[in-house]
Amino acid sequence: MILKTRTQEFWNGVRDEAPILLGVVPFGLVFGALAISAHLSTLAAQAMSSIIFAGASQIIAAQLVGTGTSGLVILMVVFVVNLRHALYSASVAPHVKDLKTGWKLLLAYLLTDEAYAVSIMHYDRDGDPRNRHWYFFGAGLTLWSSWQVSTAIGIFIGAQIPASWPLDFVLPLTFIALVVPAIKDRAGLAAALVAGLIGLLAVNFPYKTGLLAAALIGIVTGLVIEGRQK
Amino acid sequence: MNIWLIMIIAGLATFATRLSFILLLDRIRVPDWFRRGLCYVPVAVLSAIILPELTSPTGSLFLSWRNPQLLAGMVAILVAWRTKNVLLTIAVGMAALLAIKLVLGYF
Repeated sequence: MILKTRTQEFWNGVRDEAPILLGVVPFGLVFGALAISAHLSTLAAQAMSSIIFAGASQIIAAQLVGTGTSGLVILMVVFVVNLRHALYSASVAPHVKDLKTGWKLLLAYLLTDEAYAVSIMHYDRDGDPRNRHWYFFGAGLTLWSSWQVSTAIGIFIGAQIPASWPLDFVLPLTFIALVVPAIKDRAGLAAALVAGLIGLLAVNFPYKTGLLAAALIGIVTGLVIEGRQK
Repeated sequence: MNIWLIMIIAGLATFATRLSFILLLDRIRVPDWFRRGLCYVPVAVLSAIILPELTSPTGSLFLSWRNPQLLAGMVAILVAWRTKNVLLTIAVGMAALLAIKLVLGYF
């Protein structure tokens, strides 16, 4: 089994995260611009991107602050929107269980949709997994840096990307590129189809609860089909 | 409530959610089905993100051949399946989206 060095793993993580940035940067610009229009201070808007570091929940929180929603409601909304990260946490946990606590804290902080997507696919590849936390770190740090910079640009010059540029489409495309080859049997296919179908039916559920329900039902479907095949 | 207080509590809650199982999983005994279920997390969550982006690009369901995201997404799924190449999938999917939007008169 080939063991890649820490440096190789790190830069592979950076490289594999790079295409996703095309979709993330416009999102960061929108958040920066939106936070300012919701009357957050420059400092608060920028700090939110490193303190919360979760795009969708930040955009919702900024909008709620702008409409004068109570703090308790905002907290509950952010919590619910980010609940899907518990699934990511459970999913990466077996791969990081032997790391020191410092590493676990660092990787947990960097555990976003985009870093999770490329890192979990990397953990599932063949090869010696010992240095793969450096890949995760490389991917996570790349996303983190671009999120901070794009927030700052959004704050200072606003979101200048024309709406007709469909850059946000890069995100589903990247996820398609990662998911399709990861479907290896009928159970995986069933999990993907059921989760996708429920996700689209529940798209209007508030605060990403539809996404969470879809993912959970998809996982159960995968388990049921797997059990039947035995 | 002060905006900074809201941000700090929200940040801690988000961090705690992300850390939850990473810290807990080797300290508690979890049933076997739970561990096996983890294998389906990536395909299930990412599919639940992908499909609504294709079928409901503006928030409401738009199942039609005039939906550029849906058509380009299907092209991308085909490319990902045949080539397993991430960059090629993104490039072809993006080109397909622009071409379809052009043909359907979105620009």
